[in-house]
Amino acid sequence: MDEVAHRSRLDSDFTELYRSHLRDVYSYAYYRIGNHHDAEDITEQTFLQAYRHFERAQLESHGRPLRPWLIRIAHNLAANYYRDRSRRPQIPLEDAALVSALHDTEELVQGRQRLKDVLEGVAKLPEDRREALIMRFSLGMDNKEIARALDRTEGATKVLIHRAIKQLEQGLKEGGDE
Amino acid sequence: MSELGDVESLLRSALRPVEPAEGLSDRLERGLSEITGAAAEELADTELSAMRNPRNWGRPVAAAVVGGAATGALVLVRARQRQKKRQARGLRAVEKGVQGVSAGLRRRLGG
Repeated sequence: MDEVAHRSRLDSDFTELYRSHLRDVYSYAYYRIGNHHDAEDITEQTFLQAYRHFERAQLESHGRPLRPWLIRIAHNLAANYYRDRSRRPQIPLEDAALVSALHDTEELVQGRQRLKDVLEGVAKLPEDRREALIMRFSLGMDNKEIARALDRTEGATKVLIHRAIKQLEQGLKEGGDE
Repeated sequence: MSELGDVESLLRSALRPVEPAEGLSDRLERGLSEITGAAAEELADTELSAMRNPRNWGRPVAAAVVGGAATGALVLVRARQRQKKRQARGLRAVEKGVQGVSAGLRRRLGG
């Protein structure tokens, strides 16, 4: 009966993980890849792969949150996506329907161009900086979580994010001066 | 605030979380239900081989119950999602939610 109870608990825990982080994984994949279709594929593959390795991940997590592990799976799948297909990141805000869905009228009038500039700037960043910004600002992950997802120290992650923001700010400034 | 405005606040606006389409949840839950169903079957087979020992005779029944419970948990996810949308969309969403749960239950009974 032990094995039965154990599997039941695992499935219940996985269901909770799925329910809590479906939007996180999808948002990460969407901003990483830049289109809904491939973001859906990566999200689906992430959860299917996560289910297969869930028991071991839970054991090795020692009670720590599993979101970084989940995002790391999505990160690996996204890296394969680029490697296999020799693709470059797309800029999500080129999709006009998404702009309407995400932002209200006032923001559209006042800040649409600026937000587009920001996303273009993010897409031009080196991969690790781009990823760190997506994790911080889209998923709201703290340095500790991002460090685990990227397999870095907390100190290195703090520096990575700081440099990413500085590089983006510089890029926006140069774009504005042209 | 720099002349560019607060870059961090711009990033928060530009990178707002994106809700996945409902079709994705459906597809995912179907895939996960299939996997949990297969795992439950595997467990039941293992337990069946232990049937030679009379002390284990109650175990396959328990395995089947858990297999159903695992799939049921995923159906529950959908039911909860639909419940949230009911509050936002009104009566039309209520009907849709009931249909979704019924479909999930049909799958459970059929699988």
